[in-house]
Amino acid sequence: MSLTLDQVGRIARLAHIEISPAEAAQTRDRLNDILGLIEQLQAVDTAGIEPMAHAVDACQRLREDSPSETDRRSDFQAIAPETEAGLYLVPRVIE
Amino acid sequence: MQWEIVIGLETHAQLQTQSKIFSGASTAFGAAPNVQACAVDLALPGVLPVLNKAAVACAIRFGLAVNATIAPRSVFARKNYFYPDLPKGYQISQFELPVVKGGELTLLVAAGKPGEQPYEKTVHLTRAHLEEDAGKSLHEDFHGKTGIDLNRAGTPLLEIVTEPDMCSAAEAVAYAKALHALVRWIGICDGNMQEGSFRCDANVSVRRPGAPLGTRREIKNLNSFRFMQQAIDYEVHWQINEIEDGRAIQQATVLFDPATGTTRAMRSKEDAQDYRYFPDPDLLPLEISSAWIAETRASMPELPSEMKARFERDYGLSAYDATTLTASRETAGYFEECVAAAGKSNAKLCANWVMGELAARLNEADLGVAASPVSSSQLAGMVARIADKTISSKIAKDVFEALWNQAGPDADNIIEAKGLRQITDTGAIEKLIDEVLAANPKSVEEYRAGKDKAFNALVGQAMKATKGKANPQQVNELLRKKLAG
Amino acid sequence: MTSAYVESSLTALADALAAKAISSVELTKLFLDRIERLNPVLNAFITLDRDRTLSMALAADARRAAGENGPLLGIPLAHKDIYCTQGWLTTCGSKILSNFVSPYDAHVVEQLKQAGMVTLGKCNMDEFAMGSSNESSYYGPVKNPWDIRRIPGGSSGGSAAAVAARLAPVATGTDTGGSIRQPAAMCGLTGIKPTYGVVSRYGMIAFASSLDQGGPMAKSAQDCALLLNAMAGFDGRDSTSLDRQAEDYTRDLAQPLAGLRIGLPREFFAAGMSDDVRAAIDAALAEYRRLGATLVDISLPNSGLAVPAYYVIAPAEASSNLSRFDGVRYGYRAPDYLDLADMYCKTRSQGFGAEVKRRILIGTYVLSHGYYDAYYLQAQKVRRLIADDFREVFKQCDVIAGPTAPNVAFELGAKSEDPVQMYLSDIYTIPASLAGLPCMSLPCGFGAGNMPVGLQLIGNYFDEARMLRTAHGYQQVTDWHLHMPEGL
Repeated sequence: MSLTLDQVGRIARLAHIEISPAEAAQTRDRLNDILGLIEQLQAVDTAGIEPMAHAVDACQRLREDSPSETDRRSDFQAIAPETEAGLYLVPRVIE
Repeated sequence: MQWEIVIGLETHAQLQTQSKIFSGASTAFGAAPNVQACAVDLALPGVLPVLNKAAVACAIRFGLAVNATIAPRSVFARKNYFYPDLPKGYQISQFELPVVKGGELTLLVAAGKPGEQPYEKTVHLTRAHLEEDAGKSLHEDFHGKTGIDLNRAGTPLLEIVTEPDMCSAAEAVAYAKALHALVRWIGICDGNMQEGSFRCDANVSVRRPGAPLGTRREIKNLNSFRFMQQAIDYEVHWQINEIEDGRAIQQATVLFDPATGTTRAMRSKEDAQDYRYFPDPDLLPLEISSAWIAETRASMPELPSEMKARFERDYGLSAYDATTLTASRETAGYFEECVAAAGKSNAKLCANWVMGELAARLNEADLGVAASPVSSSQLAGMVARIADKTISSKIAKDVFEALWNQAGPDADNIIEAKGLRQITDTGAIEKLIDEVLAANPKSVEEYRAGKDKAFNALVGQAMKATKGKANPQQVNELLRKKLAG
Repeated sequence: MTSAYVESSLTALADALAAKAISSVELTKLFLDRIERLNPVLNAFITLDRDRTLSMALAADARRAAGENGPLLGIPLAHKDIYCTQGWLTTCGSKILSNFVSPYDAHVVEQLKQAGMVTLGKCNMDEFAMGSSNESSYYGPVKNPWDIRRIPGGSSGGSAAAVAARLAPVATGTDTGGSIRQPAAMCGLTGIKPTYGVVSRYGMIAFASSLDQGGPMAKSAQDCALLLNAMAGFDGRDSTSLDRQAEDYTRDLAQPLAGLRIGLPREFFAAGMSDDVRAAIDAALAEYRRLGATLVDISLPNSGLAVPAYYVIAPAEASSNLSRFDGVRYGYRAPDYLDLADMYCKTRSQGFGAEVKRRILIGTYVLSHGYYDAYYLQAQKVRRLIADDFREVFKQCDVIAGPTAPNVAFELGAKSEDPVQMYLSDIYTIPASLAGLPCMSLPCGFGAGNMPVGLQLIGNYFDEARMLRTAHGYQQVTDWHLHMPEGL
């Protein structure tokens, strides 16, 4: 399975990463090298095998429903790139 | 009908928990921006989600209320996309293994045209699953920028998805109303649509009968029943016009504009969204034991469907009446208190007054049943006096008015004070009729000549003479007797 | 002149502090001075803050004066810059967090503070823990103290270099596919990745959530055990943190090794291991035989699939974990952009290095529509096969041994042109990561260029104590772990 430049572009858009035209070919080649490595998995017969999503054989612990957090807005917003009136500012979003 | 309409609804109900689904921040409405967005809600580097037990409990209650299957094991999955109100760049939701599968809601659809009877409709649910809400974007007031408030980020949601079972806007609205009533009834959601606690998206398509399903468009974020009706009606007409003009429907997400009453496609993205769902590695599978389900079932109130059936059975009410009375727990409770005080034999009469005059007055005054100036025992007292003929139904309206205005402590007191007691003494009525007949020889002649209208005139005179207090049936009976000879 | 204290074990330091032979402030200054002298060459630390560090030391001395004593009270340590430390810059080796001063402490950091440890600084690392050579850091590569032309290993390269050069007595690291073990091997240190779930991940910036584990890096198994005692334990803020009874990981250290069955997977001893590594490993195994252990031939038939499976699963999880770095709420934001989408793209493209971008792209791809089943799901199934292999094998042996890395540390730049070559050097460490098993590396000799060689041990789930004892027993009769680079 080899990726085309178009596919690389599409993946980059999904990931919100820019690949400049200068970098595009090399990125594609490197990605294809990695895909070459992981291709081996295709040949393995895994019929009837349960996927292993966790290394832990346990079920989700449940938290009691009581508010436990205090207002730390000023601490958190002190490290924000842009805020105003307690809101985080970003370029205008168009629906 | 030339066209079939196919509608499926997705509803996001905010669950009434104290804290968020994956963090310990408060969910209280109305706080200043971002004061209820903790480190986890802000998706700071290194933070992790921990699941709120009460959110799961709400999901179980819902599943039981719609007769669905509660999954013994369900999995949280990440739905990946970028948006400034989605701090992690993914929403924690459920994908392949939701907590609730199947289920159904049976409801009454109001008559579309005059003379049409309301009918029962069962809408099947595909699934319901738990997920987290996103924050809010504020587009005004920020000189060309958007302000993000993450207080809402992480609020627990139950996403409830129906099969495409509805075939008209009326059915869709009836379902939405029934679902709204149900989630409030079982106490999992406050149903405040203005505050965004209950949001519906409608998937709408049209087709020729017998044809495969048409392409659907999704109308997002309908936050009132009125808008839902308007939006779906408009969308259906729009789709039909498009197709009849030879254009194909493109799948799209649309927004309803209440100002113009139209739906409009949102700005389309170049690539269709690929959410890349995968099981969230930070959360382990959710296991729900049959013991927990049984415990929940035991603690649930009688469901509206159960209560409706009981009302039909025990009080002899029609399906329509029973459904209307079980629209909310408060109304049903008021009704039952009324019956308890007035007696089961008067159930129908109680029902009429609760659904009729009381409902109309409450609606007009924008009051809930809990705030009714007329208590259930007061109403019961009045109903009892109608039943024992102390007052006529017509006079009862005056008694009700007086109770509403708190003119007296109970019906009896008002009846006495205003002298509204019905005249039922046969002798007195006969005497009265003799006087009326004597005073109205012309009408008597006309009646005997075959003019029925004259009879009503005589009845009118008799009622007038008694200021409406004569028992109308008795007046009728006795008058006929006397005129007959 | 090097003070003897910079060579001391944690126990010796604790004794000295308790005896008031030295104060925490004095001890800390010794390390800070060494750091000042040697860090410019080694680049082991990204962030230092002398005043803040000394105030922590002062506080520890005050606690001691008030009557407190504990095995870690007043002892300095270095934190891998992947752990959020309140008030300190926490960069994860990345430009995108180059201005992120953390408003909170990771659970591990809280635990070690409670124990009275003193933070010397934040250690350099491969960007977002993605790498095996510490060449991908925004802050420049770390040099191996044994030979500064060579890499220290990665991703916990800074932590390893710091301890190896005696800039810190111990350090915290994290291990996802070998990031504690491999730099430990390349720098002549002992380092452990505990069983998944033993150390809380809260505040440990996520790379691959189902694989990441925090652990200690130190000069000996005993020191690792002491640090692990304070790092381990249930944390309600991490859903994958296990609620188990607290353990003393030092409890079995002195147990003799007679009768211990050490499994040697034939797949770990096939071609691929360089001769010098082979020789050191063989010598170590001979030593174990002398100690009374039995060597058992075992097989992990699916272990050859571990590297490909890992390079599907880890990037997939990472691609999602790194989506939060968008310039909206914290961290780097691109200075110029046209609109929101452009802000996201420029921020992330400028903020992330090449290796991170590559892994995000691979991760995005293997999760994407149409490829999920063939790649991600398939990799998770293969993961189970690998875990099942270990289950089988632990019926026949108590602990597994083999090389940690196929080679000694290579030269800077030697492999950075070919990512796949780099990935293949994780061949021995990845299988235990996928299974979630505890594993460690300890020094067992020197190879080409007089560079350290590491022996890897893999234990059964929650069997850290036995694994540590296996290491400790060896360290009682050998002194590889006591060597330190010359001229520092």
